[in-house]
Order: sequence, then C-alpha cells, then structure tokens
Amino acid sequence: MQVLIPSALRSYTQSSNAEASGATLNEVLLDLDRQYPGIRFRMIDEQHRVRRHIRIFVNGVSIETLSQKMQSADEVVIVQALSGG
Amino acid sequence: MAMIVLLVATRKGAWIFRADTARTSWQVEGPHFLGHIISHLVLDPRDRTTLLAAAKTGHLGPTIFRSIDRGNTWQEATSPPGFAQASVDKTGRTVDHTFWLTPAHGNEPHVWYAGTSPQGLFRSEDDGVTWAPFSTINDDPQYREWMGSEKDGTPDGPKLHSIIVDPRDPKHLYFGMSGGGVHESLDHGRTWRVLISGMDVVDGFGFDAANPTFHDPHCLRMCPSNPDRLYQQNHCGIYRIDRPSDSWIRIGRNMPKEIGDIGFPITVHPRDDKTAWVFPMDGTQVWPRTSPDGKPAVYTTHDAGETWQRQDAGMPKEQAWWTVKRQAMCCDNHDPVGLYFGTTSGELWISQDEGENWECIARRLPEIYAVEALTL
Repeated sequence: MQVLIPSALRSYTQSSNAEASGATLNEVLLDLDRQYPGIRFRMIDEQHRVRRHIRIFVNGVSIETLSQKMQSADEVVIVQALSGG
Repeated sequence: MAMIVLLVATRKGAWIFRADTARTSWQVEGPHFLGHIISHLVLDPRDRTTLLAAAKTGHLGPTIFRSIDRGNTWQEATSPPGFAQASVDKTGRTVDHTFWLTPAHGNEPHVWYAGTSPQGLFRSEDDGVTWAPFSTINDDPQYREWMGSEKDGTPDGPKLHSIIVDPRDPKHLYFGMSGGGVHESLDHGRTWRVLISGMDVVDGFGFDAANPTFHDPHCLRMCPSNPDRLYQQNHCGIYRIDRPSDSWIRIGRNMPKEIGDIGFPITVHPRDDKTAWVFPMDGTQVWPRTSPDGKPAVYTTHDAGETWQRQDAGMPKEQAWWTVKRQAMCCDNHDPVGLYFGTTSGELWISQDEGENWECIARRLPEIYAVEALTL
C-alpha cells in the first residue's frame, strides 16, 4: 500500500512516497523499517506507542492503535503534528 | 599539519570549527542537521575518523547520526538507544533524547557508551549503528527509585551523563545522574556502587545526604594525567576526589563568597592534575544559572582547589547574563592549553593561554549545548 512520508522522515526514504505491506498497521511500519532501517523508531517509541507529535492517518482517519487491520488498498499518511507552530 | 577541531552541538544543528595549532584563524563548516536538537557531537579518538551525534527534532523520536568520514556524510543508527519494552502490567520508559556520548576504552574499538534522558545507560559495539541497554541499572528498582521522576531532573529532563572510562582499565567506569548521584563500577558495569560521600544536598528541606536521589552532579571529569583524581561541578558546589578515597572534598568552599561555587561545566588540564577551570553561575533564589551579577568569568585553580583565580580578560564587564551548559566547556591538549566555551546565547569563546585572555570567535549561533575540542 502507499505510505505518504513527511518531510522530516525523507532522509530515510529519499521520497515523499513509499510502498509497504502488512496485515496490521504495526506490520506495515515494520515493513517500512525493513526497507528504511531506523525510520520506525522516529515515529513509534520503544513501548510501541505512536510518538507524541506524530499522527498516522489510514484512509483519512487518525489511528493510534498499531493493531489496526489493514487492506492492501488502504492509504497511510504519516504526519508531523502541527504542534509547535 | 596538525589541526584543532571544535565540535559545536546546538539546539538547531551542529557546526565544526577548524584552525591550525596557532588557533588564530578559524574556518567554520555547517550547519549539519539544521533544525535538529544536537545534544552531543563526539569524534572517536581511537580511529580519529568516526563521529557520532546525539540528535532529535521537535517532532520525531531520538536518533544517533554517524559519520565515518569526519562529517562529510552521515547515516542514522538503525537501532538508537531505547529502553526495554515493559511487561503488560507496567508502564515502560521511553528515551526522549540521548544526552551524552563516550567512546569506550582504547582496547575496545567500535564500542561506545551513551547516557540518555530520562536516565539510561546504553552501549554500542558497532560504532553506533545499533545500541542496547547496558548493565542492569535501567530497570533496577533501586536505581529507578534513585533516578526519581521527571520532576527530579533538569527542566529539559533528568539525565545520565559524564560516562567516564578509566584509561588503565576498561572495566572501571563512572557516571553521574541529574539527579541520582555518582556511581562507579569495577566489573565492566555488572555491578555498581554509589560514590556520594562528602557531597552536599540542598539544605533546608531535611534531605538525607546518604540517599542518591537528592544528589545532582552536573559534570564529572577525570584527570588525564592522574586517573585517580576526579573533579566534579555539582548543583551543590565544586568537588574533588582522590582515589582510593571514597569521599569528595568540597573545594568550591574556597571560591569567593560573592561568586559562589555553582555552575554546570568543569574542565581539567590535560597534563596537570592540580589545574581545573569552572564557569560559575548564579545559584541563588530561583537559580538563574547566569553569570553572577551579569559579569562573566572563568575561575581556575592551580592547586587542586585550595585557591581560585578569576579569568575574565576580554569578556564583557557588565550586562552579560551567560549560561554555559555542562558539555559546553572544554580544553585542548596543546601547550599552552586552549580553552573553549559556548553560551546558550550562541557565542563561542576561546582562550589560547589557559584562560588568561579570551576572545569570541563566533556569535549568533543557536543555543550551544556542547563543545568538544580535539587535535587531528
């Protein structure tokens, strides 16, 4: 599925878009990390929580639960929250 | 030709300054990682090539940037320092940022230690690519109690810092925690002992000086010329310890009373274990942590803390309310020794004559967090 990458993480992907797959959001992010080592830790902390200033939208809906079921046609958008101005 | 390199870490990126050993003409390179909060930028003295930078941004989680070509190119760690995942019934900690980086012993190439905020101790065995919790302290109930909570640290988080490796023995380690005291291991981190005897705590509240929770060492330095002697700048004074003694001596009591002995950094002479420098800051009332009375100065001792002399030639004489953080003051190993400090107002100052005279070599940098000097 398509994953839209925020500017702050493009040092990993070199692109605003990435392809990743998985049956859950957690698996999608793990697949992303396999392709771009280290990227997941910048978004998800070691207790498997979405970091404070990161938002993840799936088909336009903000998701906080990594166990969210995913379909191959889903669109994932990772966003730096607008916190901080 | 030999070159002096200054690694300057700031709240908005890192800069590298270079000069020949005359230290008169400085070339600046940067910014690296513009917009990243860089807590520490350190070059490995063992290979004189590998650079590690402790970084985070306002939005993303922390990382370690690595360079194996002295900063020409950078890669991010694939597994930065992170606490162990907590069991289901407990709330686990998360690393907010890596605060301190220390290359391990010369006999342990590629090994580094890291201290984090909140307090955690980590180790890498592959030049910073991957990191793992080191020793048991991160999850030890006693250490967790001594570390306290977010309320017990500095305003930007409690920190584990001043990781020191005895050059004579890779198993002999020290670190400090703000708060949480000073700790020593003789068995490569397998076990640790508290080293706080003689250190004062904030008075007037009935704090127990035997409890590490109440101790806030700001910066520890081991003398390169005598690894049995360490100096410490603490929330409550300036100290020296001469091992095997286990007791710190408050040498800051010999500072002028109107200046006091509060501050963050301390640096020690590379060849003379009786000489050290501090940058005193106002520790009264609400702890302004600025140069006393707006008149900045370095103070030096040449007799291991028996007496102190003011060194402010070249610095502003009034209305300069400087703060110098604990990693933002250092020296090189030349003769005479060059001294360096960076202020939170973004000024970088040097002395070519062991503190007698000072000049500013950079203004308008972001808030300076750390300055490291080395010779290449």
